[in-house]
Amino acid sequence: MAAVEVPLRRKIWMTAMYGCAVAALLCAPMFLSDFRLNLLAKFLAFAIVAIGLDLIWGYTGILSLGHGVFFGLGAYCMAMYLKLEATGGKLPDFMSWSGLSEMPWFWKPFNYALVAIPAGIVLPMALAFVLGFFTFRNRIRGVYFTILTQALVIIATTLFVGQQQYTGGTNGITGYQTIFGFPLKEQSTKVVLYWVTVAVLIGVFLLCRWLVNSRSGRVLRAVRDAENRARFIGYDPASYQLFVFSVSAGLAGLAGMLFVLHVGIISPTTMGIVPSIEIVLWVALGGRGTLIGAALGAIAVNAAKSGLSEAFPDSWLFFMGALFVIVVVFMPKGIIGLVQQLSARIKRRLEKHEGNSSYSVLREGDRGV
Amino acid sequence: MKATAPILSCEKVTVAFDGFKAVNGMDLRLMPGELRFLIGPNGAGKTTMLDVICGKVKPASGTLRFKGDIDISRKKEYQIAELGIGRKFQAPSIFAGLTVYENLELAMSQNRSVLATLRARLSKEDRLKISRQLDMIGLAHRSELLAGGLSHGEKQWLEIGMMLMQEPMLLLLDEPVAGMTDTETEKTGELLREITKRQTVVVVEHDMEFVRSYATTVTVMHEGRLLKEGTMQEVQEDDIVSEVYLGHGRDARAVG
Repeated sequence: MAAVEVPLRRKIWMTAMYGCAVAALLCAPMFLSDFRLNLLAKFLAFAIVAIGLDLIWGYTGILSLGHGVFFGLGAYCMAMYLKLEATGGKLPDFMSWSGLSEMPWFWKPFNYALVAIPAGIVLPMALAFVLGFFTFRNRIRGVYFTILTQALVIIATTLFVGQQQYTGGTNGITGYQTIFGFPLKEQSTKVVLYWVTVAVLIGVFLLCRWLVNSRSGRVLRAVRDAENRARFIGYDPASYQLFVFSVSAGLAGLAGMLFVLHVGIISPTTMGIVPSIEIVLWVALGGRGTLIGAALGAIAVNAAKSGLSEAFPDSWLFFMGALFVIVVVFMPKGIIGLVQQLSARIKRRLEKHEGNSSYSVLREGDRGV
Repeated sequence: MKATAPILSCEKVTVAFDGFKAVNGMDLRLMPGELRFLIGPNGAGKTTMLDVICGKVKPASGTLRFKGDIDISRKKEYQIAELGIGRKFQAPSIFAGLTVYENLELAMSQNRSVLATLRARLSKEDRLKISRQLDMIGLAHRSELLAGGLSHGEKQWLEIGMMLMQEPMLLLLDEPVAGMTDTETEKTGELLREITKRQTVVVVEHDMEFVRSYATTVTVMHEGRLLKEGTMQEVQEDDIVSEVYLGHGRDARAVG
């Protein structure tokens, strides 16, 4: 670890704040209504994609507008398993409506949770790996990469809509009953699934924190700041980009699986262009380049979205738009950037009184990314 | 131990951009421990020559041999870097979002695969190496600062320090003192002298004052080829060289 001195007081504060957040999340089922809890669970799943996107966008400087696809792939894997559990391994209803009489071969493995659940992470990773292999190796970067990921979204949604007999078409896959024999509609199942989501989110957060604080994480930021310098030092930027893109896609898939458990349906709209861009907005709003910012952004934007749409059923989209404009113009580093700015200001004022100085203020102030 | 084999030998290297030959049959031979200055008028192909050696551009023809028998003309940049050739570009290029310390940490010679850096920890030895390097480039008091906040001169030194952390055998520097104040230039010169105790260095430079103060051997390039090689004095007294520098160089001899 590079010896970045974090003042002890700040460390205690951070630990206390994270502790409170975890405690609040774990206790939420006691205070929230079933409906709210379900919403929160969905937001937490979104927070996982946001953290994943932040790894590649915030830390590595590569903007992906294709994360909806990875999210969707994970979601479909889970949905196929749940659907087969509901039909008892028989042909799902939409297939017979579309004229299929026999189960397609690629559906069969999804009878087993032990295949379906890993597939929800591995398939998005594999897709990201293939796409990344051909782009990063050939040094396709910046806007061109972003456009490619956007194209991936169009291809994927078109494919999923078109192959109705295999994917349920525009309607997607729905009508699940149970998971591992527990009824999904039951409140106790929902609370357990909520806790599972909280646990996964905490796990993902810790994993990503370890990743960005490792030397690999520093290489990622190095590639973001000066790719050529990294290359001439002897790093192969493509392999790092490929690695982080795959991890990021895997996390999106994981989030997709949890999403299906809470929402009960997956359709091509959920993996389309608009949701893909929304993920980027969450990260931007929360503060890119900080993991907690990405997670908070996802939760905050979605909470605002459902809150505003309930309060102003006709005009909530205008409020959402205004919110985005305000954030982009006045808070370019997102919520976390604002918090950092404020805390630095308070600190400066305190220091004026105490008369000592600290590096950390300089560090924040110098972040000219 | 006196090594007699050249560390780098380039023969008849030609680089063409859309038919224009930026480097045209250039020969360059470097002995271990040498501090070589590469000079020449604008467009002579000096920077392109460095680009070829570090793998940024591929030669159309010619051979480049490193350490006697390693052919580097078809290798990728990072492979060449791993072999021990470090390249410093004209504009300072450092990792602005990392601290000075972290910049050096990444530059340190090490296994650079993703899996290795995921598990990497700073050993006592590593820390010692980094703090020695910090002392050498005079940035010890800046180690915890984000590199983006350094002054121009400090960035250049940091970058040279990063190159040295890789323990390269050959260091290529492109105008290291451009834009520096006099004291900074002097400090850089001392740094170069310090470096050549252990490494071979090639410097492309326009600042003739600087070249005069520190050069032992000077290679003059003109229109993509070798014009003259020798001590600074020999080069200065050469008629063709002064002709080229005075501006009527486009005669039959040079175009040949």
